[in-house]
Amino acid sequence: MKKMSNKYRHLVWPLASLALLLLYNAFFTEDFFKVYVKKGNASEQTQVVGKKDNTPAAQQPVAQPTEQQPPAEQQPVAQPTEQQPPAEQQPVAQTAEQSQPEEKDGGFSIFDYHFSGTPVLILKQGSEVMLLAIGMTLVIATGGIDISVGAVMAIAGAVAALLMDMFEHQLPASAMETGLYWLIPVFAALLLATLCGFWNGMLVAGCGIQPMVATLVLMVSGRGMAQLITSIGRSKPEQITFQSEQLAFLRNGYVLMVPCCLWIVVIMYIIAGLLTRKTALGLFIESVGNNEHASRYAGIESRRIKWLAYIICGFCAGMAGLLTLCDTKSIDANNAGLYLELDAILATVIGGTSMAGGRFFLSGSLIGAILIQTLTATMIANKVDSSIIPLPKALVVIIVCLLQSPVFRAKVFSLFASKSAKGGVQ
Amino acid sequence: MKTFKIPLRYVPIAATISVFCVVYLIGIICYDGFGVLSIFDLLQDNSYLGIAAIGTALVILTGGIDLSVGSVIAFTTILIAKILVAGGNAFLAISLALALGTLFGFCQGCLIHYFSLPPFLLTLAGMFFVRGCAFVVNVSDVPIKRDAVFDFVTDNLSISIGSEITISFYVVVYIVLLIAAIIFSQRTRAGRNIYAIGDNELAATLMGIPVGRTKIMTYTIAGFCYALGGVAFAFYLKSGYASHCVGMEMEAIAAVVIGGTLLTGGVGYIFGSFFGVLVLGLITALITYDGLDSCWSRIIVGLLMLVFIFMQNMITKISKSKSKSH
Repeated sequence: MKKMSNKYRHLVWPLASLALLLLYNAFFTEDFFKVYVKKGNASEQTQVVGKKDNTPAAQQPVAQPTEQQPPAEQQPVAQPTEQQPPAEQQPVAQTAEQSQPEEKDGGFSIFDYHFSGTPVLILKQGSEVMLLAIGMTLVIATGGIDISVGAVMAIAGAVAALLMDMFEHQLPASAMETGLYWLIPVFAALLLATLCGFWNGMLVAGCGIQPMVATLVLMVSGRGMAQLITSIGRSKPEQITFQSEQLAFLRNGYVLMVPCCLWIVVIMYIIAGLLTRKTALGLFIESVGNNEHASRYAGIESRRIKWLAYIICGFCAGMAGLLTLCDTKSIDANNAGLYLELDAILATVIGGTSMAGGRFFLSGSLIGAILIQTLTATMIANKVDSSIIPLPKALVVIIVCLLQSPVFRAKVFSLFASKSAKGGVQ
Repeated sequence: MKTFKIPLRYVPIAATISVFCVVYLIGIICYDGFGVLSIFDLLQDNSYLGIAAIGTALVILTGGIDLSVGSVIAFTTILIAKILVAGGNAFLAISLALALGTLFGFCQGCLIHYFSLPPFLLTLAGMFFVRGCAFVVNVSDVPIKRDAVFDFVTDNLSISIGSEITISFYVVVYIVLLIAAIIFSQRTRAGRNIYAIGDNELAATLMGIPVGRTKIMTYTIAGFCYALGGVAFAFYLKSGYASHCVGMEMEAIAAVVIGGTLLTGGVGYIFGSFFGVLVLGLITALITYDGLDSCWSRIIVGLLMLVFIFMQNMITKISKSKSKSH
């Protein structure tokens, strides 16, 4: 029992914060936990499913059949074309808010229906930060940091948008309908993003430049490059839009009733989890983060491990950039992914990964990302002006950081008198 | 060969100045509207950045980092505008803004020092916090209403040289603050403590340098500098808006890096950041003259940073190998 609690101790505070938020929502936000099953064309609706949740707030919403109206938003839905192996159904439950259908009626086709409702929406909107958090966690675990991911997202999105735009103008319509041409922009974007990660890794691991400084270069110039890409074939950088539903399916489509972007997140987390926990890679990353020189003397290629972390981070940023692009089917190089690097870092740190490197928790990062997005959704649901949202976000971050700070804990737990000092946090 | 040799620690600043001179010469030769006197325009347009960069440079010298620059500037502008619209006195508005900025810097310093939170993370949260506060003050754009004090400051405290050149008072403030900061960092005990902490915090602690006090002081000064930069920006743009200066923290850091300060702390000169700011402003100005899109200025600034970072890296390596061979 004690061993268990040690293993999951890093999750306590983020989970507690999340539970607190959900509890608040259970009482003060209407329909927060309602998960609907909506038909593909969103015009008719068949059943409402109550949500199972592992948090204390779960008792509040109860399944209420048929009377409920679907939420106002209607996502554009494409026909699902991909099949996921059923084995991957399982890990979905680990994302704290994921819902499971309670029953399936006869004649209920899994391809025509999908989940909808606030929890699903939160997860959907948080998918970019969740993806970024994977790479960021690994990079921070090596003792580095990557503040260029927002710019890399813009680059990836810009390239994919440019290629899509070109194809749509130049390919014949017949090729558009049948071909898998939309894979080309995806691969191009991911390749370029991975190259950006490679560049960061080269500066950090190859040239030995301090990580924040090295990635600052790409952060500053990357957005300029993204703007440059969006200005190819045009007089000046402008928003590029495309029409294809096939690429937008990545974000807006549904596979097995679950948004496609969540499948991407889940698959990426599974791959990252297997890579780091079932192979020696995770151990190597932690050892490099703890002491680079010592691990090199122990026979670990410190440089390569670091390099790899940045490459993975770039890849994740590229994926997130694609999702951003697909959300609105347009890219604005100036604002795509703006400040998302900060969200990713916050998610990682909230999840218990130490900024000094040496230990990392992918599950914690995932929960951190969900926490940030839930907080945002809570405030939007409570009619807080969207521009004020940074303020409570900052407070939560400071409080979680303080709770994780060993110095703060020592001070608070040893001196109960100083507990009042906590109120003085800015 | 031996007759002219710059000491290693002056190489970055020499490089910054030569970059500035080269770009400036290119500007004068290639662009008609760009003359020798354009330096006054440059100062006029960039003094708020310069004032803020002084604070950033001091923080970076201690080995920390501060991302709250842009937010504090935005907060200051909206606060001043709001107070003026509400019928308050400009003097009151400015002193309140400066006091709040200083207090904010003090809080950040305390949190960073007493709870040993990573500066990057805490100032990141601070950035969000102040940006949110700015929107709490007012969500929309507020033009700055001129009142007696405001008019007095803008009309009487600017220096006119000839008929064409007017040096606004905030340029004067910047120059004065710059000189004060240079003297402070080079000639006072507290200033040298900053260098010592940035170089090796543990060693500084063991030497008996008051690390905590110095760090908190640095963040406090930085907060004051940002607020003052915000005041300059308010006078420069004559509008208050909570979305001003988004991303300016990176500009300030870029100016400091191009100015030859090592981001790991302990190496660099405040004077360098002056030229860093000028180089940034010059690049932006020339690209505007040329009609190129602003994305080029980002790319060029990024490349310039890369060059300087490589140079710093080389110098660190050389000086390390030198000290080993002794």
